[in-house]
Amino acid sequence: MRALERHRKLTAIWASETGFKGWFSTVNHNDLGRMFLFTAFFFFIIGGLLAMLIRVQLATPNSAFAGPEIYNQIFTMHGTVMMFLFAIPTFEGLAIYLLPKLLGTRDLAFPRLTAYGFWCYAFGGTMLIVAMLFGIAPDGGWFMYPPLSSAIHSPGINADFWLIGITFVEISAIAAAVEITVSVLKYRAPGMSLEKMPIFAWYALITALMILTGFPPLILGSVLLELERAFGLPFFQADLGGDSLLWQHLFWLFGHPEVYIIFLPAAGVISTVLPVMCRTTLLGYGWIVSAALALAFLSFGLWVHHMFTTGIPHLGLAFFSAASTLVAVPTGVQIFAWIGTMWKGRPELHLPMLHILGFFVTFVIGGLTGVMVAVVPFDWQAHDTAFITAHLHYVLFGGFVFPIFAGIYYWLPHFTGRQQFFRLGELAFALVFVGFHVTFLAMHWVGLLGQRRRISGYTPEDGWSVINLISSVGSFILAIGIAMILIDVLLHIFTARRSCRNPWNATTLEWAMITPAPAYTFASLPLISCRDPLGREPALATALARGEGYLGVPREGLRETLAVDSASGRPEMHVLYPANTRLPIVMSAVTGLFFLSLLLKFYWTVPLALVGVIILAWRWVWSLGLRDDPAMQPVGHDLTLPSAATAERAPGWWGSVFLLTANGTFFGALLFGFAFLWTVAPGWPPPVWFKPSVLEFALGVAGAVIAPLAMRRAIRKNRAGDTPFSNVLIALFGIAVLGITCAALMMRAPAPTSHAYGATLLVLGGYGLFHATVAALMSGFLATQMRLGFTSAKRRAAFPIVALWVKYASITGLIILSAAHLPGMLS
Amino acid sequence: MLAGAAAIFGLVMILLVFSFRRNKNSGEEEGQIRVWIIGLGLAFPALVLGALLAYGLVVGERLLPRDGVNLVQVSAQARRWEWRFTYADAPALETTGVLHIPAGRPVDIAITTADVIHSFWVPRLAGKLDAIPGHTNTLRLEADAPGTYQGVSAEFSGAGYDAFAFQVVVHDESDWAAFLQGQPE
Repeated sequence: MRALERHRKLTAIWASETGFKGWFSTVNHNDLGRMFLFTAFFFFIIGGLLAMLIRVQLATPNSAFAGPEIYNQIFTMHGTVMMFLFAIPTFEGLAIYLLPKLLGTRDLAFPRLTAYGFWCYAFGGTMLIVAMLFGIAPDGGWFMYPPLSSAIHSPGINADFWLIGITFVEISAIAAAVEITVSVLKYRAPGMSLEKMPIFAWYALITALMILTGFPPLILGSVLLELERAFGLPFFQADLGGDSLLWQHLFWLFGHPEVYIIFLPAAGVISTVLPVMCRTTLLGYGWIVSAALALAFLSFGLWVHHMFTTGIPHLGLAFFSAASTLVAVPTGVQIFAWIGTMWKGRPELHLPMLHILGFFVTFVIGGLTGVMVAVVPFDWQAHDTAFITAHLHYVLFGGFVFPIFAGIYYWLPHFTGRQQFFRLGELAFALVFVGFHVTFLAMHWVGLLGQRRRISGYTPEDGWSVINLISSVGSFILAIGIAMILIDVLLHIFTARRSCRNPWNATTLEWAMITPAPAYTFASLPLISCRDPLGREPALATALARGEGYLGVPREGLRETLAVDSASGRPEMHVLYPANTRLPIVMSAVTGLFFLSLLLKFYWTVPLALVGVIILAWRWVWSLGLRDDPAMQPVGHDLTLPSAATAERAPGWWGSVFLLTANGTFFGALLFGFAFLWTVAPGWPPPVWFKPSVLEFALGVAGAVIAPLAMRRAIRKNRAGDTPFSNVLIALFGIAVLGITCAALMMRAPAPTSHAYGATLLVLGGYGLFHATVAALMSGFLATQMRLGFTSAKRRAAFPIVALWVKYASITGLIILSAAHLPGMLS
Repeated sequence: MLAGAAAIFGLVMILLVFSFRRNKNSGEEEGQIRVWIIGLGLAFPALVLGALLAYGLVVGERLLPRDGVNLVQVSAQARRWEWRFTYADAPALETTGVLHIPAGRPVDIAITTADVIHSFWVPRLAGKLDAIPGHTNTLRLEADAPGTYQGVSAEFSGAGYDAFAFQVVVHDESDWAAFLQGQPE
């Protein structure tokens, strides 16, 4: 088969529908990565326009441009849009587009999940923007501190848009994080062991794991606050046993890791682009990976530094102050490793390199002011002033926007197959650089003079007029620069001349293909033996196009790839991907209906939407079932691999593990909240305690013990060739009993609207009931599959997955029942 | 702190500029790792930050409320958008928008709120401390000289946040006694 013929056949298999209809049914990472990035930059423009409005308002004293009601919406939405609708999705889009190409595989682990995540993001983001157009956008600050954001002080629908819209968008972050984690661990080219992975994959993996453990506290906080607003469960009301500090802890448990979730992908871009710009390899690969891991780990230990002024004991502050300064060490390691890389090589001033230099200048200043505010006494003064605003913009613009611009200019030829033609980019960079520093240096200064954040005006007597005017002028220079970059990119997409295949002489795999990237990504999969495959074998692209790698023979209508052993990169199984489908967009629309019903308080459509989600999820998984045992599949180079459907640990199992990691963090945060309220909140003990019941507790424990044991037995029997139908039914029964005891807990929770104790028990019971329901549905699904002959001793992948969810529901159920019943029984 | 930060920034910039030089003698990769990563990346920040952290903790410890002699106790309650101050030495007295304290004596301010979160901040006298529903936070400050000091609430509290300010009037000994008698100035 000739390369061109292979190209045509593979394109027919992998391409999305033609025209705009393809957007709605595509599950291909090439399309979805681009769609993510495009949408993220659309929101970036909106966020940027909001920033301009803020600077117009503050340009002159006693500004009459917008009243506080509108201004509060503007700055709240600026922060919200930039954080949730621009920064995180940009990482997701970049990782979704790049990872399969960097890792030498054809797509991500769960293509339909990628699409589902994208549509959740697009719908959720649209909800927020529509709210803004109607003038009912959230106005309590992007941090949404209760009680300001609770029903008494923010009675409108504004805050609900934030809580529900952002939670909807977070589904996409969790989906992408599961996707990225499993893809990096399992979907790589044969031979690519962990230490041969491109550095960006490490950063993406670490970032994804951080999303899985960082976002759940925020989701929990949003759920609790929305429950308080909608149903009066007083989690954050001090007079009813709640505590507004709980929100601050949950929010910053998310909010600080968030900063590194934003920075680390950008650092990954720098670590990838910088060595190419310097014609050398990255200095200290292992050190950089360790530094990124250390950064991720430490970033979970410093959320309290956002709460230095809340009256936490000084010893506690000392610990978090130490952690906050310590985090500068791994950052320092990365910075100096990059400078060392520049010394090692010969830096060339291409456009991406200019933006990297912009990063260095800006981010180092942001880091140094960051160390300043980590010093507690300094922070007591600087906290909530414009100094902090300036600091965080140095960190985020320096640490994210400049590197992303570098990345965009670096990979633009890959997206378009064209090379830079107009010289607009250099001028645009100069404007952005100058504009940014004028704006935010001035803002440091006015902050030290005492200007608070989030004020909508000041008087001439304050003496801030000139500085603010300078800052506003700078921001307009910055805006013009960014507009020019966007124009430059558009001109590039539509008019520039064709580029050669690897214009930067890079050594990573994403350049070993024609550009723009074909729908199938690689015509055949490479065998990897070093970290810079393209450097060692410049003709790799043509060899792969000729089908000399693995899976070089297209099979009719089948989207094939390989999955490998996580550590060694040894090929482990043969994977078939689902083809184009509208299921993800329909499912996210129904999910959106669920959120919208809650938002508009149309409670009768909530159960409809839930049933819809269940039916669609059922179809989703059902379509993966196989009627017959799959044969061993030859994949080329005399290698024959088993199908993923016969694996003990199939991709779905890995996905479940990481989804449950996020879920477990959510549950852990809920338990933390319970303990926090119990010990710290004023207004405890509650007027009425929960009445423990030995019967309920014993039944629940029995169900939680029986169900996982029955599933274990089912796995063994199935492996031995039996059909363990009865065992799965026993598991279903056990989990149902557990669910019923959780429901009983919910019914009997004492007066949930009059004290946070009852409210927390209600939520704990709800959590248990929800997971018991999920596990029961999965057991029922498995039983149905068995009845209709979709399982066998070989087709066993579903068993361990269901067992995992049953085990999770049982363990969390046990903890919930113990937390509710045991204190009363023991006392 | 500013000078130190400027020095570090300068160092990084010089290193960046010099990386563009043509003939650097780079040597072995291992030696480079020792210089760049272990030396500049690990040891250098660890030393600087360790010193800074210790300094910050010592200063912070000194700012904490201790059992002072001659301690004056006042309460500050915030609500949207007004501060009310009461005085332990004159229980009947309540002032709105103006806090009166004596000069040269340590003052403990018990900060609470009647509605949302606020923050008590008199930049020239002390750092911020938040007023959080259900909690009482105590701020220690001591004004050296009589005079009037401006204070603001530094936690966003909705539409009236811009103008949410107050004053601290520091009295000398005789004025303070007169104030407690209910006849200010």
